[in-house]
Amino acid sequence: MGFLKRFFRSRAAVQQLPAGSVAVDRNGHVVTYTVSSAYPKELLRDIGQEVLSLFREARAAQMPLAEVSIHFTSLHITARELRGGAIIFLFPQAAFSPITTKPRL
Amino acid sequence: MEKSHNILVLDDDVDWLNLCNEMFAHLPSKPEIRTVASGARALALLETEPFRLLVCDLKMPRMDGLQVLSIVRRRFPELRTVVLSGLEDEEFRSRAYALGVDLFWLKTDMQANSQMFLECIESLMGRDMEGGFRGIQSKSLMDIIQMECLSRSSTVLRITRGPLVAKLWIQNGELIDAESEGARGEAAFYRILAWKSGTFENLPAEPDRERTITKPVNALLLESAQAIDETADSVEPGSIEQTAHRKTIWKLAQLTREGAEFVIVVPPEGQGEIETMGTQPSEPLAKWARRAVETAKRLGERIEAGPLSHVAGHNLERQMLVLNQENKCFLVGWPPNVAAGPLFEKSKKLVSSWDS
Repeated sequence: MGFLKRFFRSRAAVQQLPAGSVAVDRNGHVVTYTVSSAYPKELLRDIGQEVLSLFREARAAQMPLAEVSIHFTSLHITARELRGGAIIFLFPQAAFSPITTKPRL
Repeated sequence: MEKSHNILVLDDDVDWLNLCNEMFAHLPSKPEIRTVASGARALALLETEPFRLLVCDLKMPRMDGLQVLSIVRRRFPELRTVVLSGLEDEEFRSRAYALGVDLFWLKTDMQANSQMFLECIESLMGRDMEGGFRGIQSKSLMDIIQMECLSRSSTVLRITRGPLVAKLWIQNGELIDAESEGARGEAAFYRILAWKSGTFENLPAEPDRERTITKPVNALLLESAQAIDETADSVEPGSIEQTAHRKTIWKLAQLTREGAEFVIVVPPEGQGEIETMGTQPSEPLAKWARRAVETAKRLGERIEAGPLSHVAGHNLERQMLVLNQENKCFLVGWPPNVAAGPLFEKSKKLVSSWDS
């Protein structure tokens, strides 16, 4: 399928929002993910690195956090700290089908 | 100043652009219509010419409609925006509205209900962008209350200003009760009148409501206007200190009432001092709040997730929420036992009343 996609890629498209989970190690490398394979890997890496930087800076401010969530109008990102790395949950938000899942410790 | 009535239509389909051009030419306001086939060209045109309305497709090569709209929202906040798309996915509708578009129409619906679509466009073109209370723009709240009382009506006015909600009970043209932010009666009425903008709606009358206000409405309005004038004029040397002290007491009371532990107000870097309430000034925490907002905004733009609402975090000792309002960051600390669900609304309410 990946081979065919190279030749039949659609010209015009709108970027989908990621849905699923991503695990990143302490260096920001994506270890495993359940997000659609169509979603760009570099964006998943960006999400992982930005989330890790939030945990890192919170530790530097003498306020280590166990969980961080970033709420955008269209997407909720919830990340749990995992021994320097993190597991990140991505929940797209739709006006008529809100996803209210909220993992807590 | 003459208002521009130009429409910019953005779509990568040239046939569709021609169709739009033809349709919009029938609008009663006879706008000048410009069409472009790429997001970059649209942004360049918006920089150089005044437009009233942008009609934008979503699915386009290189720069998609959502990317264009997020840039437009930042650079041209007064421009009205309409999305005209063939994508029926509900997610895109939500994301477009989250970016602040005024109208979302499917291309198929637009062709089927072209008359209604044109009426919507015409209405958007003519809508004023001035402040005041939505529904009766250019009228103050005092005018609205006077109108209700003069017409001897019985109603409940529900007034909303961001997360703050207030109610005024009017019975046979007499103001009988007011409620706002935990206050009731005349105190609540004076507090509501200080609001400069917001929205209001008429709810059914409640004739059985207990009367707490006995003064005539005109006397109340006069007293309120005098109080506002006196506050504006008061420049006595001692009064500034007293006002600052009263403000601090009031903020502490707000903090206690909502059950928050502390608030740190962080101005943009190099623009003023950090303000704290309920905790010691903490430069590292303030820096984290500022960085958290910057990081989240950058990430949001990169993944097209729409505007940032807030950033939250918690550990075993505390829950924290960072809100960004008018260039300032507000870091609100909460005890761990407060339910996480309403935390955002509670923080927003605290910050709104704090900053007003």
